[in-house]
Amino acid sequence: MLPILHDLQAVFGCVPPAAVRLVADALNLTRAEVHGVVSFYHDFREQPAGRHVLKLCRAEACQSMDGERLARAFLDRLGVEWGDTTPDGRFTVEATYCLGLCACAPSAMLDGEPIARLTQASFDEIAREVGQ
Amino acid sequence: MTRIFVPRDAAARAVGADRVATTIVQEARRLGLAVDVVRTGSRGLFWLEPMIEVETPGGRIAFGPMTAKDVPGLFAEGLPLSAAHPLCVGRPEDIPFLKRQTRITFARCGIIDPLSLADYRAHGGYRGLERARSLGAAGTVDEVTKSGLRGRGGAGFPTGIKWKTVADTAADRKYIVCNADEGDSGTYADRMIMEGDPFLLIEGMTIAGFAVGATKGYIYIRSEYPDAIRVMERATVLAEAEGLLGAEAKFDIEIRVGAGAYVCGEETSLLESLEGKRGQVRAKPPLPAHKGLFGKPTVINNLISLATVPAILADGAKHYADLGMGRSRGTMPIQLAGNVKHGGLFEAAFGLTLGEIVDDIGGGTASGRPARAVQVGGPLGAYFPRALFDTPFDYEAFTARDGLIGHGGVVVFDDSVDMARQARFALEFCAIESCGKCTPCRIGSVRGTETMDKIIAGDRPEANLALITDLCQTLKFGSLCALGGFTPYPVMSAIKHFPEDFTRPRLAAAAE
Ligand SMILES: Cc1cc2nc3c(=O)[nH]c(=O)nc-3n(C[C@H](O)[C@H](O)[C@H](O)COP(=O)(O)O)c2cc1C
Ligand code: SF4
Ligand code: FES
Ligand code: FES
Repeated sequence: MLPILHDLQAVFGCVPPAAVRLVADALNLTRAEVHGVVSFYHDFREQPAGRHVLKLCRAEACQSMDGERLARAFLDRLGVEWGDTTPDGRFTVEATYCLGLCACAPSAMLDGEPIARLTQASFDEIAREVGQ
Repeated sequence: MTRIFVPRDAAARAVGADRVATTIVQEARRLGLAVDVVRTGSRGLFWLEPMIEVETPGGRIAFGPMTAKDVPGLFAEGLPLSAAHPLCVGRPEDIPFLKRQTRITFARCGIIDPLSLADYRAHGGYRGLERARSLGAAGTVDEVTKSGLRGRGGAGFPTGIKWKTVADTAADRKYIVCNADEGDSGTYADRMIMEGDPFLLIEGMTIAGFAVGATKGYIYIRSEYPDAIRVMERATVLAEAEGLLGAEAKFDIEIRVGAGAYVCGEETSLLESLEGKRGQVRAKPPLPAHKGLFGKPTVINNLISLATVPAILADGAKHYADLGMGRSRGTMPIQLAGNVKHGGLFEAAFGLTLGEIVDDIGGGTASGRPARAVQVGGPLGAYFPRALFDTPFDYEAFTARDGLIGHGGVVVFDDSVDMARQARFALEFCAIESCGKCTPCRIGSVRGTETMDKIIAGDRPEANLALITDLCQTLKFGSLCALGGFTPYPVMSAIKHFPEDFTRPRLAAAAE
């Protein structure tokens, strides 16, 4: 089922509730079973995210390089919390736990592209890139 | 034509390797230099990334850390590039960090073009499979057993014995599953192999299939690794095109992508996830080796375990088993991460002390402040104080000190770390990632996080620490898997070795 859910999310930006019934019918499962799977995994969304998605690493190696403080400052500047999308619907900031870039911490992924050795200046650049 | 090697490893890309590569191409064109840019994996010297290597008659010469801005200056005087350039770090093999290593699993990583089978073969690829075929299936299992290889995913179970169990279980279908979920903070060895030497994994899985009688393999890669997924997918297509996978090879590989659940790295949860279910942990027995994927006998191994098998076969079990200490044989890719000056992958025989790893090899902290705590083995691993820096890197030695080496991640913290916050995070992480099956893990972790908040706020620290200690006992003994069962390691080690951080009066504002 995971490949199907990934494909749905790639097309719609989320796994829409309406799709749950279709997947259930196709796989001969109950809607509850499909919903159970969708809700178990952190990746699957019920609402599409903003046009740009920043996944910021909150795991230990990034913590050791002051990642939490930089992240907090960035969230405050945008006026959002973890997982939120900016009011204009353009930008979502999500927590992630390790991107495997831990020797170049702190790190993040912007629309699937890795960025590391984050500094205040990197966040300024990210904000510019996503028009915030 | 001068070949210039630029890593395409995700961490190198994250610090600008793509821009460096593009600028080199542009600059060479502008100056009319005959240059061929080859994208490779990373050598694993991440503080030098992006590190480029230029082919010369005397071998490769490296420059790093490069930025796109440095490129024009570097090429200003044409080729050959001057070794007097301030960014020149000499021959990579002579850099102490690399010179001191024993590279077996990572012998090719960062050197070859990851998607060139010709390169792979020219550097010893497929010698392992050839030898396996000459030894026969049982002989291959024997060889892996004799090498002393233990699972590199964390539990350290002997790989040969696991394979023998599957080989001895009769079934119409068997599976090889590669665990590439690599969720531990501070680890990236699996990622580096997938991006830098993907055919090594394909060869390792093919050998495993041959040894136990399985014709189908799955690689379960976490979704946080889009680059690795891309390279692995391409590599399987290339291997199929050459008959190295598919009907002729009697072995097939399918790639599956996770969906952001740490617990899916646990082997039974991973199998549930592969079957399209919630990644909930299964009770054992039955062992996956008896009833694994779709109820069939299944070898599930960490990526590094599988990727080490080709070299063991190619050069013989003894060559591998001669390295190491005690019951930890061979080499371990140690991954230095976090606040460390020389962060990177260091493959070495077991037995280096933690102090050697952090202070000598890692060069101390990146911030220049004293290293105060080191978490070894990911989010479920213990925090070690300097007083325990004499602990040798060895499965049993770490267990004896209430820790674990896990997948080999070493995360360094300087003296600005607040260990009460680290203990709180360990509990919070358990709450976020719990699969929900056991009450202590699902609920206890949430209560534990709240209790840590009270301690941090200075609210009856002694009584609350007693509660935490009690909760950790419950977690340790009342959990089905190591997510709940090992969360006490980081929590209790922080309390035990850094008690001053739990009783320190704090400003109210610092408690969030
Ligand atoms: C919560 C949890 C997460 C785990 N994550 C991983 C992982 O990401 N990669 C891995 O290889 N093993 C992981 N393991 C260990 C696996 O359960 C299993 O021991 C391993 O895949 C066996 O392969 P090996 O014998 O080659 O190490 C995890 C275990 C637990 C309890
Ligand atoms: S300990 Fe936690 S993660 Fe492991 S099986 Fe129990 S509830 Fe699931
Ligand atoms: S801990 Fe942040 S990338 Fe690994
Ligand atoms: S389903 Fe577990 S308590 Fe209701």
